[in-house]
Amino acid sequence: MEAFTTHTGRAVPLRRSNVDTDQIIPAHWLKKVTRDGFEDGLFEAWRKDPEFVLNRPERQGATVLVAGPDFGTGSSREHAVWALQNYGFKAVISSRFADIFRGNSLKNGLLTVVLDQPTVDALWELTETDPQAEITVDLEAREVRAQGITAAFELDENARWRLLNGLDDISITLQNEADIAAYEAKRPSYKPRTLQV
Amino acid sequence: MGRTLAEKVWDDHVVRRAEGEPDLLFIDLHLLHEVTSPQAFDGLRKSGRQVRRLDLTIATEDHNTPTLDIDKPIADPVSRVQLETLRKNCADFGVRLHPLGDVEQGVVHVVGPQLGLTQPGTTVVCGDSHTSTHGAFGALAFGIGTSQVEHVLATQTLPMARPKTMAITVDGELPEDVTAKDLILAIIARIGTGGGQGYVLEYRGPAIEKLSMEARMTICNMSIEAGARAGMIAPDETTFAYLEGRAHAPEGEDWDAAVAYWKTLRSDEDAVFDAEVVIDASELAPFVTWGTNPGQGAPLSASVPDPASYEDASERLAAENALKYMGLTAGQPLRDIKVDTVFVGSCTNGRIEDLRSAAGILDGRKVADGVRMLVVPGSVRVALQAVEEGLDKVFKEAGAEWRHAGCSMCLGMNPDQLAPGERSASTSNRNFEGRQGKGGRTHLVSPQVAAATAVLGHLASPADLSEAPATAGV
Ligand code: SF4
Repeated sequence: MEAFTTHTGRAVPLRRSNVDTDQIIPAHWLKKVTRDGFEDGLFEAWRKDPEFVLNRPERQGATVLVAGPDFGTGSSREHAVWALQNYGFKAVISSRFADIFRGNSLKNGLLTVVLDQPTVDALWELTETDPQAEITVDLEAREVRAQGITAAFELDENARWRLLNGLDDISITLQNEADIAAYEAKRPSYKPRTLQV
Repeated sequence: MGRTLAEKVWDDHVVRRAEGEPDLLFIDLHLLHEVTSPQAFDGLRKSGRQVRRLDLTIATEDHNTPTLDIDKPIADPVSRVQLETLRKNCADFGVRLHPLGDVEQGVVHVVGPQLGLTQPGTTVVCGDSHTSTHGAFGALAFGIGTSQVEHVLATQTLPMARPKTMAITVDGELPEDVTAKDLILAIIARIGTGGGQGYVLEYRGPAIEKLSMEARMTICNMSIEAGARAGMIAPDETTFAYLEGRAHAPEGEDWDAAVAYWKTLRSDEDAVFDAEVVIDASELAPFVTWGTNPGQGAPLSASVPDPASYEDASERLAAENALKYMGLTAGQPLRDIKVDTVFVGSCTNGRIEDLRSAAGILDGRKVADGVRMLVVPGSVRVALQAVEEGLDKVFKEAGAEWRHAGCSMCLGMNPDQLAPGERSASTSNRNFEGRQGKGGRTHLVSPQVAAATAVLGHLASPADLSEAPATAGV
């Protein structure tokens, strides 16, 4: 995973709540067996409308998505995160994220930032009035900054440390091999096994 | 202080706990399917890792599989590649797989319980959000992303932050025509699609204790639709009776030891939940959705709500968008909504009881002209059982299509899809825009409402079928 320290970029204001993962990446894209090439599937249905915010010329090259509450609800598909990243997004800001989506994003180095709705409203207004306005997402300072706006955000220390260092979860876990083996040794014999009977 | 059911199961699986770190949890059962696993196996290959516990891992094919002509090569080349990739991955790494055509094939969340692999007090994960289904057995079961699938394959553990717990107590008794599906739709409408976020829900109370395992699975299945991490129901005699004798259930002394442990899996009297919701079952009625998220639902006797009636601005906007997409107008009675398609199936309502209740209503009746009805059993075993009971005949005689097991129109990754603008009454779990096919419109319903709707051609409950079926008294 790539490390995330701080990022500055233009934004896409997405004034929609409950953006589910079927909207972020429709199911037929899930047939791919790779982690890349999902950018054209991002918000595929909405992008058919030329007026959809992502299609506006002034939004090209934007890297921060500012979305309504309950972003990423629905299925566990990590493809939703890959699609956002493949498209070029580095961070998503919302007042509330679905749990699985948030977990997936942090595992892939896509920073999901929770800010209260009034701050999200302020960011929408700013970036709608001035499409060139930049937003800085600073993970070291745990702060989002834009013209006239400074907002602190929370992220648990462990997740932050992994992101800042771009650490791979599996290697970290495997350092605890002895703990895993010890646990396995004392599992009761009645626990289910999948081996064919 | 006492502990909740979720806390007990959690504590029993902590491999390592350290200050400032998420707990490292041991995973008892890892279910795989073709959609969310290929990139995980790729990751293993790249880092030269193996599957740590093949004996705790099992795979099936469900999302892409066709429900017609299953003996012919799969027409869609992309779907075919994904299934072939799973087969190759399982063969390379030694994972037990039930492919299309196998007697144990089916939707992953139907297969686990019916094999007896899903057991009380276990941790179950799958790269699929409806893994919450397995919580019906008192298992702690959650959907995970592909990175976590790889993590579990490599280590049989997951680092996880301890979730909060919410009790959903359902008092009273469900009225006769009200099902588990109506109950869970009403719960989601009440707490909202984000209401469960960060929580493990525990459903309890007299109305829950009365439910069969199938009905409990329907409830836990849709916990994710309330945003919850997982849903659970304490195991009891109903659970033990369901498990006894299944292929992977413990036997002999192991059975006794297991049951003794399972009986400890209830929230203590003095356990404290982080949140509590109380529902009166006796007030509920058949429930359907009118919008594009599962929280946008109402009793069948109600009308399409007026977006202007919502105080919250984002809810109002969501309702406006939903009505536009669904082609509905505020104030329209829900019963007047005509459908083109009825889908009975999915991991929410594709089990034998669901098929029995739909067939019970269709028996001696006909699917309305111009309505297409698809009945897709959740697994091959469910299909075989249904055939043994003659349910397939009932469906066919009514004019419904009897299909092969799989996810099918629940998400339309295979050819079973709605055409743009088509409207369905569906026993599945998601009414998102385009979920059942581009431009398709979905109303979530129970199997009973699905069957009555198929007969009348508009959203309806069995009570609306005033005339006796043609064969009555014969
Ligand atoms: S039946 Fe539907 S919800 Fe269940 S696993 Fe299949 S696609 Fe997902």
